[in-house]
Amino acid sequence: MTLIAFYILSSIVVASALFVVAARNPVHSVLWLILAFFTSAGLLVLIGAEFLAMLLVVVYVGAVAVLFLFVVMMLDIDFVALKQGFQNYLVIGILLALTLLAEIGIVVAAATFGGGETFNPNPGGPTNAEALSNVLYDDYLLLFQMCGIVLLVAMMGAIVLTLRSRPSVKRQNIAQQTGRKRKDAVELKDVRPGQGIP
Amino acid sequence: MENLFTWGGGMWGGIGLAVLQILALVVILLVCIAFLLLFDRKVWAAVQLRKGPNVVGPFGLLQSFADLIKFVLKEVVIPAGANKTVFLLAPIITLTLALVGWAVIPVAPGWVVANLNVGILYLFAISSLGVYGIIMGGWASNSKYPFLGGLRSAAQMVSYEVSIGFVIVTVLLLVGSLNISDVVHNQEGGFWNWHAFAFPTIFVMFPMFVIFFISALAETNRPPFDLPEAESELVAGYQVEYSSSPYLMFMIGEYVSIVLMCAMLSLLFFGGWHMPVPIPGVENLPEWLLSLGGLFVFMGKVTFFFFLFAMVKAIVPRYRYDQLMRLGWKIFLPTSLVAVVIVAAYATFTNAQTRPGFEQLDTNKSGALEAPELTAVTLPSGMDRDKDGVISWNEYRRNAGAVN
Repeated sequence: MTLIAFYILSSIVVASALFVVAARNPVHSVLWLILAFFTSAGLLVLIGAEFLAMLLVVVYVGAVAVLFLFVVMMLDIDFVALKQGFQNYLVIGILLALTLLAEIGIVVAAATFGGGETFNPNPGGPTNAEALSNVLYDDYLLLFQMCGIVLLVAMMGAIVLTLRSRPSVKRQNIAQQTGRKRKDAVELKDVRPGQGIP
Repeated sequence: MENLFTWGGGMWGGIGLAVLQILALVVILLVCIAFLLLFDRKVWAAVQLRKGPNVVGPFGLLQSFADLIKFVLKEVVIPAGANKTVFLLAPIITLTLALVGWAVIPVAPGWVVANLNVGILYLFAISSLGVYGIIMGGWASNSKYPFLGGLRSAAQMVSYEVSIGFVIVTVLLLVGSLNISDVVHNQEGGFWNWHAFAFPTIFVMFPMFVIFFISALAETNRPPFDLPEAESELVAGYQVEYSSSPYLMFMIGEYVSIVLMCAMLSLLFFGGWHMPVPIPGVENLPEWLLSLGGLFVFMGKVTFFFFLFAMVKAIVPRYRYDQLMRLGWKIFLPTSLVAVVIVAAYATFTNAQTRPGFEQLDTNKSGALEAPELTAVTLPSGMDRDKDGVISWNEYRRNAGAVN
C-alpha cells in the first residue's frame, strides 16, 4: 500500500518537475512547481515526517510560491526572447545536472552499501514536533538562535534597502483624525447681508 | 493510517470505511451549509427589516436548493481570451481545499476522519492554500477587474495568515500538543476552562480570540473585508467572468471555509463539543449518545459563530484597503507576537515543577512513560486519557497536581 502510494506520488513529482521546465507559459510553470511542492509534502507524510510535510506546505506552497506566482503574473516577460540564448548555457546546465545526479547517487550508494545509519524520522517514541524541538532547543540551541539572528539581520537589510521616504505621499494620520474636535473644524461666521465674509 | 486499515478489516475494508466516513461528512456538511446560507440571508433581512427569502418551501426553507438547481442548469460561459484549464481549475481547487480542511475537525469525541498528530498545522496549511483558487481565477479570466481582485485578495489573505498563525501558537503553547482532539480535551469541565475564559490567561486569550475572529473574517474575504469583490470598485472581483456551476463552486467553497473558521473558533477557544456547564451523571450514558450530544453542542457553537459572522456583514461598513493592511500588519501582528511571548512565559513557569518529575520517571527519554517505567510508581487512574497504555507528557502534565 505504502509502496503504491510512493510510486504514484513520486511519478507525479517527477512529471510536474518536468513540466515546470517544459511549460511555455511561465504561470503554468509556477503552477506545476506548486504541484511538485505539494506532492513532495505527500512523500514526506509517507515516510512519517508529517511535521516537515506541513511546514513544506505552509512555507513553500502557502507563502513562497504565492509570491512567485504574484511576480510572474505581474511581470510581462517575453520568455521566447529569454530562451534565445539557451544554447549558450547548455554546457553549464548539463554539468550542473550531472553534479546533482552524482550527489544523489553517492547518497543512495552510501545508504545501500555503506551500511551506515539509516534515517528514520519517526523512531517510535515522541511525535515529530516533540522530537524536532528536543533537537533544536536542547542540543543545538545556540546554533538555532544564531540562525534566527542571521535571518533577522537579513530581514532588516531587505527593509533598509527598499524603504524610501516619499514626503509627497499623503497618508492618513489616525490619531490626528480621531483627535479632531468640533472647534478645530467648524467656525461660525456672522455674515451681514450684501457684504460677504471679511 | 495503519490503525484505520486493521480496524475496518484489512486494507480494502479500511479504505471503504474511510470513503464512507468522508462521504457522510461531506454530504451532511453541504446540507448544513445549504440551511446556513438561508440563515445568513434571513439574518441580514431581519437587520434590514425585510422578510428575506420566503417563497420556496415553508419559510423559504428550500431556497438554497432552488438556487442550486438554477446554478447547475445555467450555461457555463467561458470568455474567449481566458486560459480555459486554469479558469475551470480555480473554482474546483477552492471547493476541494475548503472541504479537505474538514478531515481533521473532530465534530464529537472520537468522531474525526483523520486524527492527525499535526492537525492544527494541517488546518493552517490548508487555509493558506485557499488563496490559489482566487489568484488563479483572477488571472485566468484575462480581464482587468478579476485580476485586480485576485491580487488584492492574495495580499490580504497572506497578511492575515500571519496573525492567525501567532494566535494558533498561543493556543498550542497552552495545550502542548498539535492534535486538535487534545486541544479540546484541555478545555474539559465547564466554560471556565475554555481557552477564551480560563482564569489567569483570560487577559491574553480573550483578546487573542477577538483577533482570531477578525482575522478569520479577513481570511475568508467576508465583509467588512470583502475588498476582492468590492462591487463599487471592482464589479465582483475575481468572480466577474464566472457563471453557473463554476461560480456556484466558488460560492460553496467560500461558505465551507467560513464554517470551517467558525469550527476552528469553537474548537480552539470555546471548548469544542464540551457543554458550557458540565451536567452531573452524564458519564453513565452510553458512549454513542454522549458523542451525539457532543455533536449537537459543537453544531450549536458553530451556528453561534456563523450568526456573529452574519451580523458583522449586516452591520459593519467595508474597510478601505490601506486601513485593512494597517490593521493586519501594524496592530494584529505586534499584539499577537507579544501575546505569544506572554503565554510562552506563563506556560514555562507554571509547568516548571512538573517537567523534572516527568523526566525522572521517563528513564529512556522517549518522551512518554511506557509500561516498564510505570511499574515503579502508581499514578492515579484515568491519567492515560487516550488509553494506549502509554502516558505522554501532555497526559502527565494535566494531572501533575494529583501526582505531586
